[in-house]
Amino acid sequence: MKIKVIINGEKKVLDIEPHEILLDVLRRYGYYSVRRGCDTGMCGICTVLFDGKPVPSCSVFAARADGHEITTLEGLPEAKEFAELLAEEGADQCGYCSPGLIVNTVYLKKLKIKKMDEAKIKLIGNLCRCTGYEGQHRAIAKFLGVEK
Amino acid sequence: MKEVTRKIPKKDALGLLLGKPVYTDDIAPENSLIVKILRSPHAFARIKNIDTSEAEKIEGIECIITHLDLPRNPITRAGQGYPEPSPHDWYILDEYVRYVGDEVAIIAGKNEQCVEEALQKIKVEYEIFEPVLDFEKAEDHPSIIHPEKESHPMFEIGFDAEKNIAASYEMEIGNIEEELKNCDVVVHQRYYTQAQAHVAFEPHTAASYLDMHGRLVIISSTQVPFHVRRIIAEAFGLPIKDIRVIKPRIGGGFGGKQAIHGEPFVAAVTLKTGKPAKIVYTRQEVFEATYTRHPMRYDITLGATKDGKLKVIDMQGLSDTGAYGEHALTTFMVAGSKTLPLYNKVSAVRFTGKVVYTNKVPAGAFRGYGAIQGNFALESTIDMLAEKLGMDPVEFRKKNMIAEGETSPIFKIMGEGREGVEMFVRSCKLNECVEEGMKLINWKEKYPRVKISETKIRGVGMAIAMQGSGIANIDMGAAILKLNDDGSFNLLIGATDLGTGSDTILAQIAAEVLNVPTENIIVYSSDTDLTPFDVGAYASSTTYVSGNAVKRAAEKMKKLIIKEGARKLGIEESKVDFDGNYIYEINGDKKLPLKELATVLYYTENQKQLITDASYVGEESPPPFMAGFAEVEVDIETGKVKLINYVAVVDCGTTINPNLAKIQVEGGLVQGIGMTLFEDVKYSPNGKLLTNNLMHYKIPSRLDIGNIIVKFAESYEPTGPFGAKSVAEIGIDTPPAAIANAIYNAVGIRITSLPITPEKILMSLK
Amino acid sequence: MLSFKSYIKPKNIKEAYDLLQNNNAEIIGGATFLRLSNRKVDLAIDLIDAGLDYIKDTEENVEIGSMVTISEFEENPILSNLFNGYLKNVAETILSFQMRNIITIGGTLYPKYGFSDLITALLVLNTDIYLYHSGKISLEEYLKTKVHKDILEKIVIKKEKLKATFHYIRNSEYDFSILNVAVSKGKKVKIAVGARPGVATLAYKAMEYLNKNGLNENNIKEAAKIAAEEIVFADDIKTSKEYRKVVCEALVRRALLEVM
Ligand SMILES: Cc1cc2nc3c(=O)[nH]c(=O)nc-3n(C[C@H](O)[C@H](O)[C@H](O)COP(=O)(O)OP(=O)(O)OC[C@H]3O[C@@H](n4cnc5c(N)ncnc54)[C@H](O)[C@@H]3O)c2cc1C
Ligand code: FES
Ligand code: FES
Repeated sequence: MKIKVIINGEKKVLDIEPHEILLDVLRRYGYYSVRRGCDTGMCGICTVLFDGKPVPSCSVFAARADGHEITTLEGLPEAKEFAELLAEEGADQCGYCSPGLIVNTVYLKKLKIKKMDEAKIKLIGNLCRCTGYEGQHRAIAKFLGVEK
Repeated sequence: MKEVTRKIPKKDALGLLLGKPVYTDDIAPENSLIVKILRSPHAFARIKNIDTSEAEKIEGIECIITHLDLPRNPITRAGQGYPEPSPHDWYILDEYVRYVGDEVAIIAGKNEQCVEEALQKIKVEYEIFEPVLDFEKAEDHPSIIHPEKESHPMFEIGFDAEKNIAASYEMEIGNIEEELKNCDVVVHQRYYTQAQAHVAFEPHTAASYLDMHGRLVIISSTQVPFHVRRIIAEAFGLPIKDIRVIKPRIGGGFGGKQAIHGEPFVAAVTLKTGKPAKIVYTRQEVFEATYTRHPMRYDITLGATKDGKLKVIDMQGLSDTGAYGEHALTTFMVAGSKTLPLYNKVSAVRFTGKVVYTNKVPAGAFRGYGAIQGNFALESTIDMLAEKLGMDPVEFRKKNMIAEGETSPIFKIMGEGREGVEMFVRSCKLNECVEEGMKLINWKEKYPRVKISETKIRGVGMAIAMQGSGIANIDMGAAILKLNDDGSFNLLIGATDLGTGSDTILAQIAAEVLNVPTENIIVYSSDTDLTPFDVGAYASSTTYVSGNAVKRAAEKMKKLIIKEGARKLGIEESKVDFDGNYIYEINGDKKLPLKELATVLYYTENQKQLITDASYVGEESPPPFMAGFAEVEVDIETGKVKLINYVAVVDCGTTINPNLAKIQVEGGLVQGIGMTLFEDVKYSPNGKLLTNNLMHYKIPSRLDIGNIIVKFAESYEPTGPFGAKSVAEIGIDTPPAAIANAIYNAVGIRITSLPITPEKILMSLK
Repeated sequence: MLSFKSYIKPKNIKEAYDLLQNNNAEIIGGATFLRLSNRKVDLAIDLIDAGLDYIKDTEENVEIGSMVTISEFEENPILSNLFNGYLKNVAETILSFQMRNIITIGGTLYPKYGFSDLITALLVLNTDIYLYHSGKISLEEYLKTKVHKDILEKIVIKKEKLKATFHYIRNSEYDFSILNVAVSKGKKVKIAVGARPGVATLAYKAMEYLNKNGLNENNIKEAAKIAAEEIVFADDIKTSKEYRKVVCEALVRRALLEVM
């Protein structure tokens, strides 16, 4: 089937199977920042914005996106600023989890979160096996302008 | 030092962070056949018959390969030095399946859907055997997991397949029984550790194709590209020269990718069809059919005299290697060799035990590599002993632990899979680590416990640990440096960056020697055609072993630049030096910019390529040390443990890049915390892994870890590159014992099996 | 893998209901749990565009359409302020923010998952379920009723002066609850226990005991014991029934003390 989607601001017509998962379709169309970590909605690595809100793309059927808007890391201009903060802390190791974390954190910036604890609650679904989180928290605190 | 100790971001940081296509699945040939594996539903069976005819008819299916189609060369998947200390007991496909998830057939087709469909349509008849699921009953079990006669060890490792024993080991110094008689206090305790899963977030992925010369090219998320090349050659009976292995960026390894996993399956497809092929493991496959940590059991006996001197350590172990003997002997020995030297003043020490086969997910390498299992057992028992002696456990350790300039007979007796090397510890700031840690956790005020409320009690506990820096006399790393015409350098290394940042720190080492900015060193790593050999990323070897190789190559390059510069300047070599920018006359004012020399050497005079190389094999394996302090809060009505603070003070010598070193330790700690508190492993009664996804297998989230405080002791290892030792594994070792000790200090309950769940605590409190 | 032959997004609930009756079909709420199943279905009926994502605030009630996601309990001012933020606090600890952005109220209540935290929390409020075909039914009754091929249209929560609190035990914070307890106190006391691991249930005997004898520390202790005795627990992959029983008593006691 064909679906019409706005991806990163561009109108696209995508050819999909009815049961295909959004994550797979996005990768097939070259959005490689979208990666599969767990496939059960737990790791947050596949996070994209669906109509502006962070969702795990492994848990959304692509067909649902027909008529809706998707933003991946590639389409988030604010991503670079946060990425640089993470890099400065050395808070990226393998980097595999980073896109999901960045998409979700950039969204949090819009929520004007005031406390680190609140940010952590909203980021609990972004797992990382390499860094032990502390370095990420140092970078997140800087990016959101909250106390660590 | 200018470049070393600089906190620069990783060279690949922005590429990784901004989601560029850099992992195996992103760069696999676009028209790759999709490869999937039909896996055994039985824990132990023999394949009587496979009927693939229906499956083959499905549109899009290109090939289905069974054990009848492949060479049957016994190999080990473990990527270790050659000959490997792991038994050769694995076949690309075999008529026996030895755990739920073992490979039965390889299916390749044009897309996921047809391959999935074909998986359902293959008919397999099995002869089912009684599986061995309890490792304590494996030896002498009526079922023999490796009845085939081809399986064999490469040298004596105590392998006895008829008894389901993959390896065994024993050593004794002094006389345990006699010495125990002289002890005033003796304690004995048994411990169990679980089959922790690595959960590297990039699943195991491999792709293969034939290049224009017909050579097999494999792209793989591996920690050991050179070992992959050798093992694949052996498995298929191909010449090594016909294989090239490329490791792109990889999404974490932790030991789980120190082996071949998907590579032989894509290779089989490409060799058969001539077409590119790729396999991406599902998360469930990663859990069920790659590697776990070796579950172990230890019986520890310690004896001391009443003045607080530790006299005897006896460690008797049993390790479960699962269906295949990968890393069986070596992880087991490391449980002793990387713990026992901590207490080097004992009169008698013994370490014995066996590693048995079971019909479970194979165990393999995992950060800590036995040391974390041994540390949990030994460091928990040390606290028990200190209590019995009426001593503060920190004071007891300070009195008995190893110090700078000392040695331990263990270094010589226990290597990895064979004898080790004699070694005096040239750098050891363990005492400083302990002192600093006590301050940071506020031991004096918090030990042993503070009551917070009627139901909540806080306790503190600690443990010390050591690891190694590569395997002495075995691990080799090599580097090549090449001068470009703009004065920049290519650094070619076999070393494998798993996200650890090794490309960056190795560039920092080269830059420090050459006195140039790290930005001028362009790194290319881990491609068996283009980079020199390196054993790969394991055994905490990269900074120390590969780092020393890079340092040597850079020193040679510096000499070469001086030589060529002097010639151009027309002065004697001894009167010239190089400062990173200029080759200059030491007592004069002639000078020549490096860039100019480089251009001239390429294009105009005396043309040549300046290139240097070096190899390094450690003669020693200097241990990094650390002290870990945990503060926990136990809810006595629910048994729930909340980690409040974890303090780690580490002696890893010079931190080449302090940011990256810190993240290594933080990451290691959190994996150790996960193993201690959350990462529970459950099997069904017929041997299927139940904790096979992230809903049921819980790695720590960002809300589970409390406050983590990491500090480094000032330390300098004379044999290391610019004073560095390793830092990759040491962080993981202390949490099990330190947290168990803290819980004991809080509520008087000693938990001796991991993970420490609320249920275990509450049920023992009742 | 779950596979469909076709995927339809009906524009209203009637259309969805008709499609459901006449096909081998599956309703899609958030799809989060559904997609973990391994089945072949002819038709997926996605309710996303069926106009069911409304939140209506009336004098007496709050109506929540079945396609409202549970992150609305954190973000929507009407829902996040209900009962002093009680439901917000519960929602915020469920799974992850990303998942809460797609998990729907309908997909949470309709299948009666045993591990659900929200069901336990809603059970101590006055919550009614509206099914498109079967009509209105209280949540308490619904949990005991077998429903087939219906569609959950909305839930209605009665606004009352209530003090409510929710307690759970998880090992990792980022896990399913291995037991959860909700307690409310209005005119009467209600106690619900979920993740037993069976679906949430009210602790009738303990409630009766307290409603008869009044809330004080001693009675609370006794009621907690009664609750732990009357409720049926079982083993599962996360923990044993013995542990659940012991912890149930502690959590019920703590929750009751909080609303006392
Ligand atoms: C990994 C994971 C962890 C979780 N952890 C927790 C937890 O810790 N605590 C907790 O409380 N919950 C947890 N949940 C459950 C979650 O809260 C939801 O209950 C669940 O995911 C279903 O929500 P959904 O909207 O995605 O429903 P779907 O998956 O879309 O649907 C679930 C079922 O309900 C049917 N259905 C959906 N909507 C309707 C409707 N309107 N009418 C009729 N039938 C309908 C579907 O056909 C399907 O059979 C978890 C879920 C997942 C996937
Ligand atoms: S892959 Fe989607 S949440 Fe893990
Ligand atoms: S950096 Fe590797 S998983 Fe986060």
